Amino acid sequence: MELILIFLSAAIVNNFVLSYFLGICPFIGVSNKISSAFSMGMATTFVMSITAIVSWLIYNEILLPNNLDFLQYVSFILVIASLVQFVEMVIKKVSQPLYRALGIFLPLITTNCAILGLALFIVLKNYSFLDSIFFGLGAGVGFTIAITLMAGIREELDLADVPPSMKGVPITLITAGLLALAFMGFAGMITI
Amino acid sequence: MANKNTLSYEFVKGLWDQNPILKQVLGTCPTLAVTVSALNGIAMALATTFVLTFSSLIISIVRKIIPNQVRIASYIVIIATFVTIVDYVMKAAFPDLSKALGPYIPLIVVNCIILGRAEAFASKNSPIRSVLDALGMGAGFLLALFILGSIRELLGSRTILGYQILPDFYTPWLVMILPAGAFITLGLLFGLVNLYNLSKESKKKSEIIKQYLEQNQQDKINLAEEN
Repeated sequence: MELILIFLSAAIVNNFVLSYFLGICPFIGVSNKISSAFSMGMATTFVMSITAIVSWLIYNEILLPNNLDFLQYVSFILVIASLVQFVEMVIKKVSQPLYRALGIFLPLITTNCAILGLALFIVLKNYSFLDSIFFGLGAGVGFTIAITLMAGIREELDLADVPPSMKGVPITLITAGLLALAFMGFAGMITI
Repeated sequence: MANKNTLSYEFVKGLWDQNPILKQVLGTCPTLAVTVSALNGIAMALATTFVLTFSSLIISIVRKIIPNQVRIASYIVIIATFVTIVDYVMKAAFPDLSKALGPYIPLIVVNCIILGRAEAFASKNSPIRSVLDALGMGAGFLLALFILGSIRELLGSRTILGYQILPDFYTPWLVMILPAGAFITLGLLFGLVNLYNLSKESKKKSEIIKQYLEQNQQDKINLAEEN
């Protein structure tokens, strides 16, 4: 039960994008089309789940026993960078169209704050190993929901008559604000 | 406009011409997250500027030693080291502020401004220029965060930097200190900047057209005179 709550809380109530502002760059950059937004979300979810596992192991099994916890930022970012490289290689091998669709944004997952944020939250919240896996999965699903919703809205926005000065990033941010308002409706549903 | 090659321009360009947030749209995550109050914004900007300046300095010094293939990884390690220093100093010296900024201090590691400047500037320029560039970008970041933080603090809790500005009968808009307010304020701010740029551009365009027409007129007169 606890695990399901952690999952739901990370996916919906404390959505990484809409309430922690993590991963705004891809959220704005890759949300032009539903299909590429969804694949970006899936790639991020995949990296997030593995990051959750690996960073938990590194922090609790290597850094803490050796009193090296001041090295956490350096080691987390290195783990994330190599993981992303690995995922990129796998996707390139498995699906060429997907690789082309994600293009430049795959390496950018490295500097997606959501991934490092996830690793930091796991340390901050003192999650157990199982908790961390569900937290990572939930955060990834939440990111996918947010970015796909956003892409859907932006596809409709293309047809709308937006003032020239508000086109592009400004209207996207305001739309994100309205989405965040809508997600606030979930607040208080689950408290951890 | 100042000469674009002078040392002082390396600093000044960060304030407006290439302002990291308002013009380049980099580093939006911390911008949105910490600007609940102007003070938080300033603290975040100072911490980021510290990391940006010192990592630019180091990267610029070692730029010829680092092999091209592993440069990004080395930059990230250098940046993460300075972030660790900032984080520990802030925890010791300003525990309240450190708690308010929470995970966003360590997240400076993945702030695109820092890696962006390292890759685009510090890896190609001398240490002095890189430091000036970093300080300028930091100042531009500070400016943007201060503006955004002040607007949100003013409308969301009547104050700027803790001093009450708006009278008591004003009911604070709670939404401004919530995530939604951050998105909407930044969106409107970008819109304003765009509006300014567009009007400047159209002015420039109309000036060029006017010049062209005058030139045309002059040529016709000259031609008529010659004939």
